[in-house]
Amino acid sequence: MDWLNAILQGTLLGGLYALFAAGLSLIFGVMRLVNIAHGDLIVLAAYLGLTVTVGTGLHPLLALILVVPAMGLIGYGLQRGLLNQTIGQDILPPLLVTFGLSVILQNTLLEAYTADPQKLDAGALETASVSLGGLTMGILPLLTFLIAIGVIWGLQWIFYRTALGRAFRAVSDNQEIAQLMGLNRRHIFGLAMALALAVTAVAGILLGIRTSFDPSVGGARLIFGFEAVIIGGLGNLWGTLAGGVILGVAQTVGAKIDPGWQLLAGHLAFLVILAVRPNGLFPRISG
Amino acid sequence: MMDAILKLDDLSKAFGAVKVADGLTYDVTRGEALGIIGPNGAGKTSMFNLITGTLRPDGGSITFDGTDVTSQSSARRSHVGIARSFQVPQPFAHMTVFENAMIAATQSAGLHGDEAETLCLNVLEQTGLFPKANVLAGSLTLLERKRLELTRALCAKPKLLLLDEIAGGMTEAECQSLVQTIKDIHASGVTIIWIEHVVHALLAVVDRLIVIDFGRKIAEGEPRAIMESPQVKEIYLGIEADV
Repeated sequence: MDWLNAILQGTLLGGLYALFAAGLSLIFGVMRLVNIAHGDLIVLAAYLGLTVTVGTGLHPLLALILVVPAMGLIGYGLQRGLLNQTIGQDILPPLLVTFGLSVILQNTLLEAYTADPQKLDAGALETASVSLGGLTMGILPLLTFLIAIGVIWGLQWIFYRTALGRAFRAVSDNQEIAQLMGLNRRHIFGLAMALALAVTAVAGILLGIRTSFDPSVGGARLIFGFEAVIIGGLGNLWGTLAGGVILGVAQTVGAKIDPGWQLLAGHLAFLVILAVRPNGLFPRISG
Repeated sequence: MMDAILKLDDLSKAFGAVKVADGLTYDVTRGEALGIIGPNGAGKTSMFNLITGTLRPDGGSITFDGTDVTSQSSARRSHVGIARSFQVPQPFAHMTVFENAMIAATQSAGLHGDEAETLCLNVLEQTGLFPKANVLAGSLTLLERKRLELTRALCAKPKLLLLDEIAGGMTEAECQSLVQTIKDIHASGVTIIWIEHVVHALLAVVDRLIVIDFGRKIAEGEPRAIMESPQVKEIYLGIEADV
């Protein structure tokens, strides 16, 4: 039963990792941009959530109403003002620029909020749980997992059922031809980053409710996100959810064997999958 | 004065010592079908790249529908009614044929919902790709991809349609049906500039012919007279059998 419980907790944790990863996956899919600052943007969202909840007394989940559009606007501005200038044939400039952005974000957060660990106070939600045949699930992890499914379903719907999604896929497929079809690449990239950071806002708030955070924790979230994306296969959002779950289960099962093995087990699972299936478990089928 | 939809004025573009456009000047009348011929490497496709804005000229100007578009983006030019097909088809390979068409209809022509879908279905019917509407474009054969090029260009509801060697590699029957399709498009009022090596297909459609070599216009006029001129015969020596 203990093992089953570990697998269940890991699966639910995987929902949070999938939320870390979804924005990363979306941006790489649309514009081949590897965003090193993604983890710090998650932390930024958590701090914005902190400011909103402290300032207005809103519940952190209600703070999403403000933080999601705020992160979306930041995303659009960031893309149009900075990242579009780095995108081209060479993948190095965006790596360097987002690395720099990561450093700037961390230090700005340090200046603004100090290095003291913070937490978003979600009241009773943090400890509430349900029992199911001997297994106990926290309401918050369960809610996180359901939100992850909802977000990925929503992104999938946008990608394959809307004109915006068609535009994302056209630009991803062939930028030059997309321009000739009247698509403004810079604007489309801006919208993609806005959408990605809107998802990041959800991830950041849920992270902030679940654990304490400080300006330096972005790096580890970036790694978890990357691992989930790569385990699942690039360009496949449902694969990203599966990747998050595999990573989460590996971590909780590892922790069950020895508490010190939690992170190591996750990384080992990632390395094994990378060695056996370099394209991930569910790579996008290409035509 | 005739109503010119497109004016190229002293257009020039060089890559190092290679001039792909060298003082290129001509007008295209609204509703005209203009043929472009010239040897490989003469600068024909580069001329299309200049007109659509994927290449920026070193000098000269391009006027479309009364507006100077020389410094406008290719997306902008697409919105005002310039569409092209590519010699080497470039579909959005991971999207279906229908979605490829919809990109042009919604983004370029600016249509929405049912209006866009109806246009796409009609064009797919016209170009014979309707049975392939839900197939991924990446899985099409070369000829189907060429038809998709035409489909996408038409779904953009162009005023000016640029066709780049769309008849190459077709059987005689396929070529006949293509010629008929292009005639229909022309009859509907779309201005056409067509680069083509399959000269008999070209001559069946165009009202006027321009010959380009080394980025320069070397001859221009009534198609059959142009084909008979010594200058053109010299350039086309060896591929005369194609005429």
